[in-house]
Amino acid sequence: MASPMRIRAASKDGVTEVRVLMSHPMETGQRKNAAGEVIPAHFITELTAKHNDKVVLSAEFGPSVSTNPYLAFKFNGGAKGDKMVVTWVDNKGESRTDEVQIS
Amino acid sequence: MKRKLMAAAIGVTAAFAAPLAFTSEELNFDAYRQMLADGNPAELFEMEGEELWVTARGPKNATLEQCDLGLGPGVVEGAAAQLPRYFADTGKVQDLESRLMHCMETLQGIPSGEIIGGKFRQGERGKLASLVAYVVTHSKGKPIAVDVSHPKMQDMYAMGEKVFFYRTGAMDFSCASCHGEDGKRIRATHLPNITTNKGAAEGWTSWPAYRVSNSQFWTFQHRLWDCFRQQRTAEPVFASDVTIALSVFLAAKSNGYEAQWPGVKR
Ligand code: HEC
Repeated sequence: MASPMRIRAASKDGVTEVRVLMSHPMETGQRKNAAGEVIPAHFITELTAKHNDKVVLSAEFGPSVSTNPYLAFKFNGGAKGDKMVVTWVDNKGESRTDEVQIS
Repeated sequence: MKRKLMAAAIGVTAAFAAPLAFTSEELNFDAYRQMLADGNPAELFEMEGEELWVTARGPKNATLEQCDLGLGPGVVEGAAAQLPRYFADTGKVQDLESRLMHCMETLQGIPSGEIIGGKFRQGERGKLASLVAYVVTHSKGKPIAVDVSHPKMQDMYAMGEKVFFYRTGAMDFSCASCHGEDGKRIRATHLPNITTNKGAAEGWTSWPAYRVSNSQFWTFQHRLWDCFRQQRTAEPVFASDVTIALSVFLAAKSNGYEAQWPGVKR
């Protein structure tokens, strides 16, 4: 099972800054192991961030993103105590959802 | 003909050498490190370690919450900044890794041999590294405060110093061969002058660290192991006295400098 993300969300002057650290191998599918076999591609393809139930960011990821990706963004709105939910889905169909309260 | 070839070879070298002549400042990694500091993926290991600390595991099905890292059972805050230290209960000087290993064995029944005989980043040694990430994060920003007054600490410091200058291996290198002068580098990596307190602190306060080049979290034992390899000498046994002695030497020289743990490296 996929490991948890670390999400931080803080609101200030009507703007919420969200920082997300994801645990993912982000294998490109271009690399070979010591035995010369291709290491199968395994990377996040989609990411969605919701403030309460409203999508505030939707992103497409690909194999050029590093292992254990870090994403930071800001959106207008959000208040202390609101829910921030982040979900990613990868090319193997695995997914992970984590949430925090905005501080 | 041969002479002509050589001249051509020299020409090629010179042509390539010029653009590669960076100064140390141009290769300064600090700016890159600052950019990465905010999202240091070492946090993912820290999270795992935090969970491991409170998870009942091993043959004794116990947590590590009673583990004494030197400041009393269960105290994690600030503990790493004061390690290595002499522990009366084991009669030994222990660094963070060997102390955690002791706790895992005594509290949880996980045999130390499994970790010592294991591989970095795998099995129980991998879990130990996550615990290290958790513990060191709770000393971030604290000044290093290693007490070397105990005679066994003094012995370890003296041994560490001796090992640091001891030349051995296929190339007859000592640690000082690569870490004994200011302003040196290997490829793009700046090499701190560990014979000075400032240089020792540069290394000690920035490891354990997450390495962006291979997405791995390395403990200080892992860092040292790799430098033994770079020295082209025998692999040190995990958490053996020689590794702890070197850590005492480095940590004591770093006293008063602020811990940047967990670090982020190339
Ligand atoms: C052949 C040269 C060489 C020798 C010998 C060597 N090292 Fe290193 N050391 C390096 C290099 C290169 C790095 C940086 C590695 C990197 O970033 O991947 C390094 C990094 C370090 C660091 C971390 C420095 C920092 O600021 O990140 C410490 C501490 C260290 N070495 C200690 C030692 C000790 C102790 C010894 C002796 C057991 C030793 N080294 C022997 C080349 C060497």
